[in-house]
Amino acid sequence: MSDQATQPAMVLPDHGGVLAQLARRAEAILLPLGALLVGFAVFSLFLLLQGKSPVEFFALVYKAGFGTAFSWNNTLSRTAPLLFAALCVALPARLGLVVIGGEGAIVLGGVATGAMGVALAGAPAALALPVMLVAAAVTGAVWIGAVGALRHYRGVNETIASLLMAYIAIALMNHLVEGPLRDPASLNKPSTAPLVETLRVGDIPGWDVHWGLALGLVCCVLAAILIDRTSWGFAARIAGGNVRAAQIQGLPVGWLIIGFTALGGAFAGFAGFFEVAAVHGSANASLATGYGYTGILIAFLARHNPLAIIPVAILLAGFEASSGLVQRRMDLSDATTLVLQGFVFIAILISDTFYGRFKVFAPEKWSRT
Amino acid sequence: MTDLGLWAIPIAVLGGAIRVSTPFLFVSLGEVLTERSGRINLGLEGTLVFGAMSGYALAYITGSPWIGVVAAAVAGALFGLIHGLICSLPRVNDIAIGIAMMILGMGLAFYFGKAYVQPVAPDLPSINFGWWSDVPQIQAALRVNVLFLIGVVLAFVMWWMFRATKIGLTLRVVGDSTDAARAMGLRPAVIRTLATTAGGAFAGVGGAYLSLFYPGSWNEGISSGQGLMAVALVIFARWNPIACFGAALLFGGAGALGPSLQSAGISEGYYLFYAAPYVLTLGVLIATSSPRQAMTGAPGELSITK
Repeated sequence: MSDQATQPAMVLPDHGGVLAQLARRAEAILLPLGALLVGFAVFSLFLLLQGKSPVEFFALVYKAGFGTAFSWNNTLSRTAPLLFAALCVALPARLGLVVIGGEGAIVLGGVATGAMGVALAGAPAALALPVMLVAAAVTGAVWIGAVGALRHYRGVNETIASLLMAYIAIALMNHLVEGPLRDPASLNKPSTAPLVETLRVGDIPGWDVHWGLALGLVCCVLAAILIDRTSWGFAARIAGGNVRAAQIQGLPVGWLIIGFTALGGAFAGFAGFFEVAAVHGSANASLATGYGYTGILIAFLARHNPLAIIPVAILLAGFEASSGLVQRRMDLSDATTLVLQGFVFIAILISDTFYGRFKVFAPEKWSRT
Repeated sequence: MTDLGLWAIPIAVLGGAIRVSTPFLFVSLGEVLTERSGRINLGLEGTLVFGAMSGYALAYITGSPWIGVVAAAVAGALFGLIHGLICSLPRVNDIAIGIAMMILGMGLAFYFGKAYVQPVAPDLPSINFGWWSDVPQIQAALRVNVLFLIGVVLAFVMWWMFRATKIGLTLRVVGDSTDAARAMGLRPAVIRTLATTAGGAFAGVGGAYLSLFYPGSWNEGISSGQGLMAVALVIFARWNPIACFGAALLFGGAGALGPSLQSAGISEGYYLFYAAPYVLTLGVLIATSSPRQAMTGAPGELSITK
């Protein structure tokens, strides 16, 4: 996938004005925004055909997702796992890899957190919490890093492999929480033993949002620095454009692939950590709620730019936060969110075909009119 | 039931292989058709689920399971057509479109399928090949559905089509080299779109089998990655329809392993056996892929093997 945001580095002398710079950057923002609106429009049409009011739908989403301080807290709490899940797609995408199995790393990261939390129940939080966080990150890194390794050493398609491994991860989680790690007291919903109160992650002071949001934002910034400001990020971009050329240049393509997929997996593992340590309190089937799949859409909407992931994740978290109210008030099924995501996803992918087609974004073509 | 001891497991796996393999067979035949034309449709999982829902709904409304199958085929073709048309646009990523179509297909199926979770639709008929035996387990294992037989015939017909007919050769030329196809005066984008449409129809029929025969009801958990596994199975079968049939039986057997062990009273590690088909798929992918050379039998224009 070509990266439009990096183009301004080669500004031509004739068209280096501020306006021209702005025009080039505008394309990378306005085209996805336009696609988002087209996706919403198609979804509105779908609602109209069902005899439902799109105006009411979006008004409810605004009210329940962004209208009050309470709804903002709700939205931001759901943003944290989405930031991590989207990074798990965006980082490998720098190398041209489409990894869609982040859900597996989230689930197993959560199980690792729960198991580690039980083992360290008596330890001080200052020691136990970092160990739990690292355990979740390592589990996620190994899981998605394995996808990268299979890709590099065996040529296994990473898209199919990662999704298969997500199914395997969920089966593994079911096996562990129903068997070896099961808390005998959890009758209806098999779970690991609940974390002791000292090992629960709390809220950011003054907010009703857990610390996962803060770490998620930091990780997005760090990922942006890694990609745009370091030689590793630069090497990854070259390898993503042309593997053969990168190998001839002597770049360690294998390590880049494994490193970027493993880092993405580690981020997804963080999401599992916070779902267990801050939200559910123990590892169980609630870990597999589809954050990993929403993360795919977010990464594509953000054009795999870690900083753009932040606003997009907040937007989609708002839709998820409002889905309960929308279902009740408008008598819509819970699958409505999935339908909306499908339409937006297709619109954003179609927009790929329009890059470079509009003269207004290409200053070098302005004079030729 | 006659007590067969541990013998019950291989019999149940055999019966399961025949029963579980049909959706794999149809989806993989559809995907062979699409991939031989040089395009990959990863969205067949969504098509399978939507086919299951629409087939079940129409069978319930009309009372005829066969109308359900036709409806599922039409719905699948529509999904394939949309996928094909979008991928004909320049610079659109066919793998990513597949993921998006998967999400949309499942979303629409769950949305419209809510009303059909409760009602009972008529089942597809099956033929009893186990009449010679008194053992109920063997009789159950050899109750073969008509769609399975149709699928087997289709596999051989498709194999012959690729070898000996003008349509088959046209598809192969388009799949192996866009430039060569253009030089012959063919229109690759149109042919690929048609191949994707037909492939979608196959996947839709596979879905109808799920909801109208085995497991034989519609719910949101009806498919757990069968559509995706079938795509991987095509790579394993080296784009050969007859090999797809063998691979589908193998995968069906793996899928039947968990339930058969459970029915024989072995419940230890049940969830791990449930993962067997995914592990098998991944193992097969690892064994048959290669980092260096293009895979034998792979269409030259296919994005995942280039």
